[in-house]
Amino acid sequence: MSAILPPAERLWWKHPLDRVEGTWIVIAFVWCMILFFMMVFWHIYGRQNLSTETYTTTPEAFMAKAEAWAAQYTVRTDEVSGLPIVAPPDGGDAYIISRLWSFWPILELEKGKTYRLHLSSLDYNHGFSLQPVNINIQVVPGYEHVVTVTPNQSGTYSIVCNEFCGIGHHTMVGRLYVK
Amino acid sequence: MSIATTYRTCPRSGLQFEANAEKLIIANAVAAVVFLLIGGVLALGVALTRWPAVHWLQADTFYQVLTAHGIDMLIFWIIFFEIAVLYFCASTLLRCRIATPRIAWLAFALMLIGAVVNNYAVYKGGSSVMMTSYVPMMAEQSFYLGLILFAVGALIGCFVFFGTLVVAKRDKTYEGSVPLVTFGAITAAIIAVFTIASGAIILIPTWLLSLGVIDKVDPLIYRMIWWAFGHSSQQINVAAHVSVWYLVAAVVFGAKPMSERVSRGAFLLYILFLQLASAHHLLADPGLSTNWKVVNTSYFMYFAVLASMIHGLTVPGAMEVAQRQKGYTRGLYEWLRRAPWSNPTFSGVFISIIGFGFLGGISGVMMGTEQLNMIIHNTIYVPGHFHATVVVGTTLTFMALTYYLIPTLFKREMISPGLAKLQPYLFGLSMYFFCLVMMGAGTLGVSRRHWDMAFSGMPMAYEWPGAAYLMMGLVGISAVAAIVGGAIYIYVTVGSLLWGKRIEGGAASVASKPTPLMAPAAVAQGYGSQGFAAPGTFVLAMVFLVAFILYYFVNWKYLSTVWGLS
Repeated sequence: MSAILPPAERLWWKHPLDRVEGTWIVIAFVWCMILFFMMVFWHIYGRQNLSTETYTTTPEAFMAKAEAWAAQYTVRTDEVSGLPIVAPPDGGDAYIISRLWSFWPILELEKGKTYRLHLSSLDYNHGFSLQPVNINIQVVPGYEHVVTVTPNQSGTYSIVCNEFCGIGHHTMVGRLYVK
Repeated sequence: MSIATTYRTCPRSGLQFEANAEKLIIANAVAAVVFLLIGGVLALGVALTRWPAVHWLQADTFYQVLTAHGIDMLIFWIIFFEIAVLYFCASTLLRCRIATPRIAWLAFALMLIGAVVNNYAVYKGGSSVMMTSYVPMMAEQSFYLGLILFAVGALIGCFVFFGTLVVAKRDKTYEGSVPLVTFGAITAAIIAVFTIASGAIILIPTWLLSLGVIDKVDPLIYRMIWWAFGHSSQQINVAAHVSVWYLVAAVVFGAKPMSERVSRGAFLLYILFLQLASAHHLLADPGLSTNWKVVNTSYFMYFAVLASMIHGLTVPGAMEVAQRQKGYTRGLYEWLRRAPWSNPTFSGVFISIIGFGFLGGISGVMMGTEQLNMIIHNTIYVPGHFHATVVVGTTLTFMALTYYLIPTLFKREMISPGLAKLQPYLFGLSMYFFCLVMMGAGTLGVSRRHWDMAFSGMPMAYEWPGAAYLMMGLVGISAVAAIVGGAIYIYVTVGSLLWGKRIEGGAASVASKPTPLMAPAAVAQGYGSQGFAAPGTFVLAMVFLVAFILYYFVNWKYLSTVWGLS
């Protein structure tokens, strides 16, 4: 028994390495550097990097901005849910309000166009989980997160809340269209 | 200063227990197992509700049960057991009395009261806020108070541990440096102090908020500091269970560390870098810069991953060297084939090492990669990952250690040795499968902490692919199998304590025997003087690396197909 006994050599930091360990440490170190620089590389050459553009806001201010924007770009009303369907222009702003327990409104975007998507919550933390592409972003009250998105496939998408937000959490699901 | 106490030497293991320390270790370990039992019963509720075909509990009960399951398992079971491990690594391994036993009992009482108060708050209702309790969603004030009391108790426990190290040093109960296992325990305790302090810094204001004394806690600041508690408490686990791996390698095989310098260096990397990992939880958050995310999420260039990869090699490597010295030298794996697979202490730890590395380790790096996090954040992939680290890694290791402690510490013959032999395989392998299918469902986007993946009755319901339902069904089935494995563990340990045949624990003596030194290591006198001492382990490590590299780039490929984001 020995890992549970004090080492015989008092100066354990002079204890020589075994060749297996030495080789593995070099390999593992190189891999760790690849892991690290891959993130940096993707920021330069990759197309999926989460924006960090953030503003502090209040529920009232965010809601007022989003409603004014929706009034401008609403194209029709969804018959089933009664939510407005809003189609912002290419390069323009798009807003999604998260609140207990819905996402407002329904966006209608176009494939290959780019939008500045503003996310915030009016109450608790919520999760913006876009399915089936599986993009997941935390939505935090008091903060307006501006994410630039470029849809690459048309279709009907769902936004599922994947941050626990109380007893109605599992009913919080929204919609998004890409033409 | 002499304090009236006695020491006994266990005739089977040769370990020496001091009377006060022994009682404290027993009390903390028993409390831990009680919370494991509660958490295990709750696990059944969670599993049978998320299994879509069963969908057992009502929504409010489900969220309540999930909150309690998380806290009982991740905090109470594990930290109680860790305090027992800390006392063991100080008082037993260094053969000294425990410092300030009365204060250690105070710590135990605070932890127990805190745990009960917190549990009561959850069961009463009104505190189903999940373990994370993100503000501004509020629980009852006693929810936070319970956690704070528990944290203060645990902090005192850490200082009793440090005090015991001082006692050992001053009374010269050992020569030279502390054993490697104690060194690992010191790592865990240092991380614990940081962790618990972070918990206090954020939970005390939140408690005051719940009492109406202050009127705001910023939600983003809460997330950042809470995770310095929530994630770091899992880092205590890593340091603690890696120490136990070395301990088990030593007691089962008589294994020496391949190199003290390498193993201790790796623990030092944990102390320096492991804490940064709490940034993993904030990668999908607003308000934090890219530089902050990249540097922190990578534990400053993955130095803590490097440390884990080193331990992953050196623990089985030490076993291999010890087995080869016993003559099991044929081929790459005779040493492993001839290992004591029917000894649950060994099989539990070995299943834990492999599962922690392949399932927990690799998936942890995926989630912790800044961009890859976007396709994983808050999906059920996350609990898939941390069940691989905390359940396969920590819980299974602690179970394996318990089998070793039943005769030595509790002085009882184990009941049902046949069941105990089976237990690590049933529990460990069904958890492997559980984690895999959970991560599979997460890759398809299924949300964590969600009562109804069918969105029944919702006009805009999202229909998950059939494969997601299949995976969640398999999650349910494998969870039930694992819970049966957990129940066997509880039955064997509690049953042994109650009905096991008493065994002679060694006569009490007022004098402590001095700690012997390890025999000088024959492994290496200079770099590589032993040749390639553990080739089988090295090949295993290379298999691990290849799996890691492939899976890593598969995920990047997946990410490259999603919408452009900038």
